[in-house]
Amino acid sequence: MSHYAPPSSALQSVLRLFSIPSLAKLGVGPMIAAAVLAMIVIVTLLSPWLAPFDPLEMNPMNRLQGPSDANLLGTDPFGRDIYSRVLIGGRVSLLIGIGAAIVSVFLGLVIGLVAGFFRLADTIIMRIMDSLMAIPSILLAIALVALNGPSITSVIMAITIPEIPRVVRLVRSVVLTAREEPYVEAAIALGSSMPKILFQHLMPNTMAPLIVQGTYILASAILTEAILSFLGAGVSTEIPTWGNIMAEGRQYFRVKPELILWPGLMLSLCILSINLLGDTARDMLDPRLKKRGE
Amino acid sequence: MLGYILRRILAIIPVMLIVAIFVFLLLRLTPGDPAAIIAGDMATPEQLERIREAMGLNKPLLTQFFTWMGSLLQGDLGTSLISGTPVTTMIGQRIFPTINMALLTIVIAVAIAVPMGVLAAWRHRSWVDYAVMSFSVLGFSVPVFVIGYLFILVFSISLGWLPVQGYASPSEKGIAEFLYRAILPSLTLATIYVALIARMTRASMLEVLGEDYIRTARAKGVKESRVLFRHALRNAAVPILTVIGTGFALLISGVVVTESVFNIPGIGRLTVDAILARDYPVIQAMILITSATYVVVNLIIDISYTVFDPRIRY
Amino acid sequence: MLFKSRNFDDAKTVLTVNDLTVSLPPAAKAPPVLNRISLTIRQGETVCLVGESGSGKSVTSLAIMGLLPKDALFVTGGRITLSDTDLLEQSPSAMQDIRARRVAMIFQEPMTALNPVMRVGDQIEEVLESHTSLSAEERRARVIDIMEQVHLPDVERIHRSYPHQLSGGQRQRIMIAMALVLEPELLIADEPTTALDVTTQQQILSLIAELQEKHGTAVLFITHDMGVVAEIADTVYVMKSGDLVEHAPIETLLRAPKQDYTQNLLRAVPSLIPRAPRAAPGGDPVLKVESLDMIYGGGGFFVKRPGTHAAKDVTFTVARGRTLGIVGESGSGKSTVARCIMRLIAPTAGAIRLRDTDIAHLSRAQLKPHRQHLQVVFQDPFRSLNPRWTVGRSLIEGPVNYGTAPAQAMARAAELMEIVGLPRDSLDRYPHQFSGGQRQRIAIARAVMMQPDVLVADEAVSALDVSVQAQVLDLLNDLQESLGITIVFITHDLRVAAQICDDVLVMQRGVVVEQGPAAAVLANPQHEYTKSLIEAAPGRAWDFANFRELGAA
Repeated sequence: MSHYAPPSSALQSVLRLFSIPSLAKLGVGPMIAAAVLAMIVIVTLLSPWLAPFDPLEMNPMNRLQGPSDANLLGTDPFGRDIYSRVLIGGRVSLLIGIGAAIVSVFLGLVIGLVAGFFRLADTIIMRIMDSLMAIPSILLAIALVALNGPSITSVIMAITIPEIPRVVRLVRSVVLTAREEPYVEAAIALGSSMPKILFQHLMPNTMAPLIVQGTYILASAILTEAILSFLGAGVSTEIPTWGNIMAEGRQYFRVKPELILWPGLMLSLCILSINLLGDTARDMLDPRLKKRGE
Repeated sequence: MLGYILRRILAIIPVMLIVAIFVFLLLRLTPGDPAAIIAGDMATPEQLERIREAMGLNKPLLTQFFTWMGSLLQGDLGTSLISGTPVTTMIGQRIFPTINMALLTIVIAVAIAVPMGVLAAWRHRSWVDYAVMSFSVLGFSVPVFVIGYLFILVFSISLGWLPVQGYASPSEKGIAEFLYRAILPSLTLATIYVALIARMTRASMLEVLGEDYIRTARAKGVKESRVLFRHALRNAAVPILTVIGTGFALLISGVVVTESVFNIPGIGRLTVDAILARDYPVIQAMILITSATYVVVNLIIDISYTVFDPRIRY
Repeated sequence: MLFKSRNFDDAKTVLTVNDLTVSLPPAAKAPPVLNRISLTIRQGETVCLVGESGSGKSVTSLAIMGLLPKDALFVTGGRITLSDTDLLEQSPSAMQDIRARRVAMIFQEPMTALNPVMRVGDQIEEVLESHTSLSAEERRARVIDIMEQVHLPDVERIHRSYPHQLSGGQRQRIMIAMALVLEPELLIADEPTTALDVTTQQQILSLIAELQEKHGTAVLFITHDMGVVAEIADTVYVMKSGDLVEHAPIETLLRAPKQDYTQNLLRAVPSLIPRAPRAAPGGDPVLKVESLDMIYGGGGFFVKRPGTHAAKDVTFTVARGRTLGIVGESGSGKSTVARCIMRLIAPTAGAIRLRDTDIAHLSRAQLKPHRQHLQVVFQDPFRSLNPRWTVGRSLIEGPVNYGTAPAQAMARAAELMEIVGLPRDSLDRYPHQFSGGQRQRIAIARAVMMQPDVLVADEAVSALDVSVQAQVLDLLNDLQESLGITIVFITHDLRVAAQICDDVLVMQRGVVVEQGPAAAVLANPQHEYTKSLIEAAPGRAWDFANFRELGAA
């Protein structure tokens, strides 16, 4: 019998996102965003081959030069090629963003499921989450980096921890709403065990909102990385990230605004396209926009 | 009502207690010698000892905690490791520029964002809506400091209309001078706030405009402007207020960055300087104070819901 | 039964709708939502527009009001004339002036139709502010006057109340006051009593009739309830998926419906006469509920708050193969009792004996072996199946939990699909591919898969159109006959109860006021409350299915 092959429901909702008819309905905006993002990702991944210079190679004779054939965007105060640095800088920024998004969504999901399902744990978890929410995320991140050192892992952790309460709240509220659904009560009546109800009936409801939330976290993590570096509390200044390039450019802003503008442009384009894609995903997955029972 | 306010104020205590424990453990639970972390790699044993002494790090953890909480409750936030000044004094000297700028920012943001959001929802799917939404996504995507430098580049360096950096106290130099210097930093700070509030206003209005009572109002032959502002906006107010409250966290991180960009002697700069100097007591105090502010602002907003929605009774 | 039989031949025509066609945007390439609808309403006349969901009743009313949803529905043909004004030719501001002054409307859900953050007095006054130049005192006097006309008690207090502080009936009175304050020529009432309890419904219906008489208003009354139609209509128009099927004076339509559709619609209306009593039960009762108490909430950290006593000392028994109806209005506690029996909640006190085991206070794990004997069907067919699961997967969930092999369960599910009248390949499809009635059949099949002793049906047919309702009731009946299931049927609808129940238990504010065989309770009620419920049932003297008075053999 082929009847009882259970469809993978979460996967299905994701696949539906990428199906041809639904993509065609989207219009040009998200298409452009996807294209821009894909280009940024490809370019930064291929940066070791695309960059004309070693981004770390200093050349004191060639400081703060304007754009030329050799240095497409000119050089920085140490004579390094800005173009190469901006290309390479995206790698670490994206890595940190993706790392933070995955870790916070995963941890948030686990904690949120527990909070949504077990009344006793709920009170305690939510108190802690409320308190974490009260601490301004940037200050918390700064303190964490200041204490743990400027490594990439510690920056990912510093960005992740303040994001977790938001994911927990989202997952919890989805679970609490879904618990009231008659189909969940019917499952209780059918004698389904608690883990089965939690993982098979309730958890799939969190997937769509988590995909959306995950993209927003990705965008905000890349942004936070830049701010941390800009404030001098990001990854070590030896590693070229968009944030670090801009931080170095602060002093030279009047002479050479390109040091902030080029990485700033790349960063903004990248975050912009991620946010636009997040909005698109939300519009497509938001059950309120769909007609009931259609 | 009074009972509710009282209960809400009492509910702050556990939240702030957890924040305090968190801040306390932050330094102590970090792997390695806290004193070495603060002093950096080049510290001499004497320096380390001095730090341990100043922060009480050589005592047992619980003793440390109760001593620290004890002084916190007496309003003692500790002493700077660098200057030796009490942190409360330092904050007292630097807080007014920040408060003034934050207030200006909130006023600007709400005044711009709410009408924007209402208009976008009313003209849903028109060019106005798309313009507002585009601005709002853009506001989320460009880092604050990039916006700040762009403003400086355009308004100060190219056009020469406004000063590049600096701050003037309204009480000493007058309101006009204050505004002249504060307008760029406030606009910078307001961008993301406007994006956030406009987006929420639009979403909340869209939802309310689909409600039955809006159809009733239209069936009564009420003018459209009245439908929008008297019927819809008031019903949409609670989520908007909420986002103003939660967005306050964004404002705080914005302050830290903006004050650095515009060289404003507020507590944001104080924090950045403290981080760079690893002046841990100051960092600790800043986290506590900003968290407390956040909690209080949100408490006030929670209570203000009753003004907008008579159904909320406690 | 006394029908309205006034003659309107000499009355002035208030509203004429000619060949009205309403369509979706051309891009949708769908047939029109309204297809050349024509109707006339004369001064003082009550015209009922009846039809099942999706028939286009509400679209008709919104088209007259000029309130069709922007960008979604468009008038593509026909004329709407109010006295001498062509409504479709009016500018938006002229139309705005006509609304409330010449045509007013009241809606189904009085809670959501009033602005929750505005005092109700101000909401009525707003109509005067928008359309008259009266002074503040004059406006206030008019508002108080109309509020008295709709018989609101304690007018001064209600004037400054917010909607959530009023009862459903009071809110609907406010809506009526708002609609009639400017004495419009035409009142459109879109299912104004559907969300109300029967007793309140009766009061609102007589209020509308009273004010109509007083002001000579023409009324267009939209409803799906044939009982209501029989009570209030002068003329009836029957609609079906965008078409006008038939129209006639009320008595003609009920006695001699011409069209098949109308006849079927009337045949599906359940009769208030209780079903023929079935043979008395043999053996022990399957379900015994003893002194069940349920108190919600209460406690509180600082102040001791009293809880809501949702069920007080509820006691009853049901025998194998019988159907017990628990009847009551909203807030009567009938659903609480159902949820306690299902052990979705734990009762505060009392016993629930299922085949001699008291399950009232068992823990989650202890309950598991008993759950399979106890199944449930909920009201909302759109939410009672997991939208992400195929029908097959939902159906075998229960049996697999109790150790049946999936393949075996799936084979049984396929058989059941046929029994409930759905194709076998339904098992591979998702709930959204089915209609409301079909989903309810699936939900019933899911419960029956467990071969339960007791099936609790919580308002299981209330969300369905009458014709679908009749089919689902038949299905339940057939399943009971063949499998010997005991059914506890929770409903607010006396007609449904009469149709399916052997015994009836009437609840009011958490207390059982009367119980006994359906034939006795419904035909000869003893308690005042039961009497008032039965008296309030609209059209109760008419036998719709047989097109004649009740009792006229």
